[in-house]
Amino acid sequence: MRDFLYRIRAGEIIVADGAMGTMCFEAGLRVGDCPELLNIENPQLIEDITRSYLEAGSQIVQTNTFGGTALKLAPYGLQKRSAEINEAAVKIARRAAGDRAYISGSCGPSGKILQPYGDTEPEIIYASFREQINALIEAGADIITVETMVDLEEAKLAIKAARQISSTIPVMAAMTFDSTPNGFFTIMGISIEDAAVGLKEAGADIIGSNCGNGIRDMVMIASGFRQATDMPLIIQSNAGLPKVENGKTVYTETPEMMAEHAKDLMVLPVSVIGGCCGTTPEHIRALRKMVDSWAA
Amino acid sequence: MDILKQISESLQKGDHEKVAMLTSQAIEEKIPVKKILDEGLIAGMNVVGEEFKHHRIFLPSVLLAARAMYAGMDLIKPLMIRDNIPTIGKVVIGTIKGDLHDIGKNLVGIMLKGAGFEVIDLGNDVTPDRFVQAAKDEKADAVGMSALLTTTMTGMKDVIELMKSEGIYGKIKVIIGGAPVNREFAEQIGADSYAYDGMKAVEILKEYVKDK
Repeated sequence: MRDFLYRIRAGEIIVADGAMGTMCFEAGLRVGDCPELLNIENPQLIEDITRSYLEAGSQIVQTNTFGGTALKLAPYGLQKRSAEINEAAVKIARRAAGDRAYISGSCGPSGKILQPYGDTEPEIIYASFREQINALIEAGADIITVETMVDLEEAKLAIKAARQISSTIPVMAAMTFDSTPNGFFTIMGISIEDAAVGLKEAGADIIGSNCGNGIRDMVMIASGFRQATDMPLIIQSNAGLPKVENGKTVYTETPEMMAEHAKDLMVLPVSVIGGCCGTTPEHIRALRKMVDSWAA
Repeated sequence: MDILKQISESLQKGDHEKVAMLTSQAIEEKIPVKKILDEGLIAGMNVVGEEFKHHRIFLPSVLLAARAMYAGMDLIKPLMIRDNIPTIGKVVIGTIKGDLHDIGKNLVGIMLKGAGFEVIDLGNDVTPDRFVQAAKDEKADAVGMSALLTTTMTGMKDVIELMKSEGIYGKIKVIIGGAPVNREFAEQIGADSYAYDGMKAVEILKEYVKDK
């Protein structure tokens, strides 16, 4: 496989994958179960989901390790199994993808609030990321993706942990923004401009946004990033905000709608385009088609 | 400047050391405790709430202000108990059974305490029995329930049903929140209110205890 960052810098647009968590719930993950434990207890399910994204045209597949830090695993009593869980997740993704896609080690928030606002010391969060990312890289992840971050300081700790372990592994970093009357901010008050500066400074190669309120907002967020930086961008949008119909969660943005708006991302350009909560292999298939016809 | 105003302004800046110092000074100057609370601490927190509501400040500033509020509260709490001054209200909070997420619920707790409520935090994975028992034992004004998962949010209805059969529904207000929850869902299950965030919860509950 060719060097990932080389391709990005050469102007290629890469299609990533869609949701893992919401797909697991769809497949019957129960209330109160730890999604990351499936890497150990039901690896076949994770492999099947990963394969369905590969068949839809994903060139990057994410590991099922969003909540894979010891801090995030602790409420399930799994804090000692972080390395094992992350290693298993990379192996599953590799088994599904072989060398036809990059394996991205997913790294989500620790669930703790940093001092001085919260009670957690940065060293503790850093150590937790370091353990997780070390396991991901050791097991053979090609990329580390720090995602769904709302606190810039926490995102920087994760990026720095990845950088400390490997100076060469590509690191993508994405934060989650809300729309306010004064512009886009994370719940911790981080603007797109702040994020662009901070994520780069910490050592990320590709920066941008994931999760959020849907593809329309994401196009605006991506434009904001493009104005703030000339770094390569990543965008992975939710399929809108979830609604509950008859006790079931429904995401309302269709594959067609997402693909249509992907055009607006490609002109900027955004280098890595994928989906987040509520997206399915169908969304990725539609994105794939749009990206291919754009490149042609 | 008036010391109460100074307390309020230091609290808005999140300066907990200064709030503690000024509160001690106000106590020494024999300013009535209720006045320190209402015109200093709560007044400051009200401004913070308004600023947050209008997106002029963000969560970190609210958390720092809440910490400053605690610094003052810690000093006047013993005096409030001595003088039999009630807190503005008592709220039992927790995350629904099966749900281990607690950041949102913790933030609501911080903001409620910051606004002067007494908060009984039952933690996460809380059964209907525990919600109802605590609400009765503590003679709470309200029960606040949180869920992050669409799979656990339905457990809120179980709590409300148990409150009905225990005869406390309608007497103790039910307020719900969390990512998948909305006003429509609140109405469906018979909750009194839905709060989009912690500050909204404070606003709703303040309004409620005022009318009581």
